[in-house]
Amino acid sequence: MKTMRVAVVGAGAAGMYAIESLLGRREFAVEVDLYEILPTPWGLVRAGVAPDHPEKKQVCDRQFNFQLQDPRVRFIGNLAVGRDIAVAELSQWYDTVIYAVGATGDIRMALPGEDLPGCLAAREFVAFYNGHPDFSALPIDLSCERAIVVGNGNVALDIARILATPIAALEKTDIAEHALEALRSSHIREIVVLARRGAWQAAFNNPELEEFEHLAGVDVAVEGDDLVEPGGMQGLASWEAQRKIDTLRRLVSRPKDPGNKRIVFRFLGTPVELTGSDKVAQMRIAHNHLRPDAQGRLQAVPSEQTSTLDAGLVLRAIGYRGTPMPGLPFDAVRGVIRNVQGRVVEDGGAALPGVYTTGWIKRGCRGIIGSNRKCARETVDCLVDDWAMGLGGGPALNKDAVLALVSERQPAWVSLGGWLAIDRHERSTGRQKQRSRVKLTDISSMLEVANAH
Amino acid sequence: MAYVIAAPCVSDFSCVEICPVNAIHPGPSSAAFEAAEQLYIDPGACINCGACVEACPVSAIYEAGNLPERWKHYAEVNRQYFLQGGALA
Repeated sequence: MKTMRVAVVGAGAAGMYAIESLLGRREFAVEVDLYEILPTPWGLVRAGVAPDHPEKKQVCDRQFNFQLQDPRVRFIGNLAVGRDIAVAELSQWYDTVIYAVGATGDIRMALPGEDLPGCLAAREFVAFYNGHPDFSALPIDLSCERAIVVGNGNVALDIARILATPIAALEKTDIAEHALEALRSSHIREIVVLARRGAWQAAFNNPELEEFEHLAGVDVAVEGDDLVEPGGMQGLASWEAQRKIDTLRRLVSRPKDPGNKRIVFRFLGTPVELTGSDKVAQMRIAHNHLRPDAQGRLQAVPSEQTSTLDAGLVLRAIGYRGTPMPGLPFDAVRGVIRNVQGRVVEDGGAALPGVYTTGWIKRGCRGIIGSNRKCARETVDCLVDDWAMGLGGGPALNKDAVLALVSERQPAWVSLGGWLAIDRHERSTGRQKQRSRVKLTDISSMLEVANAH
Repeated sequence: MAYVIAAPCVSDFSCVEICPVNAIHPGPSSAAFEAAEQLYIDPGACINCGACVEACPVSAIYEAGNLPERWKHYAEVNRQYFLQGGALA
């Protein structure tokens, strides 16, 4: 039986779980070329998961490494599909291609003043403190006293926690050095986590909220919601929502210390304007009511009443968003590659032979690391069904022919050996400072280490 | 004493697949999987074989008596998930 040659584009959780699925199929032999835009794999597990969540990052060593280091898989890092190699070419070089490129954009608030310095996407700030090479030089100014994070999902809580955590604790993590420097001179004393709806609709998960019970030197306050179950809602709130309210009640009833930093969970507020002269200085916030819509879902409706908060740092954490991959049909409403169950389809609905997608760029930017495992299985099931019916791209080039073309297009591509050298270097520097690793945060340093091995 | 899934869970569901008595929910075929904050072990069904501990890629699973201080309450959280009807979705 013919060996299937597959290109997987993106070495984050989505791509790695897709490879797991492919390698596990008994129906055919497979060879995988794994393309990644950075010299390092792991996507948001490396650049998104918070530095103080080291347990979650074990998924790389205890799960994804089995795929990355499988002899059937070849890592091709520091190469941008769409720029160095066209989408159409990849379809010619391989039997099948799976796009798992995730999300490089974010949802904007659409506010006057949103582009003032000091207002940025949570995505950018997270990438900054996690040492993503494209964001390491971001001019981050923490000289103000108050930061506002807009949105209250897990990313918003990560940011609030990192801004409030004592430096001594952060120094033990894999947070980027330049972020430690910025945080050491931070004047931020209060972080407001602002959400449109009420506490019963909060987007963060219980484990993330509970972390604030163990954060030293931080007081927690709640504004805009009295945490009393709204009339008529008795027994209808989910178990998860009730737990969140119980935890919030415990957090706000702890004795306060004026020397502590403050985290304020503010509910029922929508930003309407950012003002400032050369950088952001104030946010005007509309006060909301909750009204059920036609489907009975409670929606936030702004009233005429507004108030103002001084803030020198505003981070929008209202969602990541996919950006178009040149050469692939894009659904601009959902922010995903147009697809049905992972089969990439044209605007008219016709499937592109041999082209698939998985992860956030397939289903939207929701879910946690393991959500991608279920998603990848669905995509690979479709791919395998199509392969069995003789539907695919190609005919594929062999490994060496591809290598010659890759080396031509991107002479500085990074192999598995190159990544492992980067990994060893980071862990070894880490050991000297009693940290799990000290990340390299610019491409040229990474390439220097990769090439020296 | 049963095993307990604590905060690091990322819903990878390797544990669900290895559990010999289907004690871990919600699995990926359940409607509740997409929105679940984490996975949970039913203390009434768990037979203490420990297979899930090694299978978990983020080391989120502990014997109830070995839970770290900050996650001790997860024994009750796992139990409560099933008491409020968690495995029925």
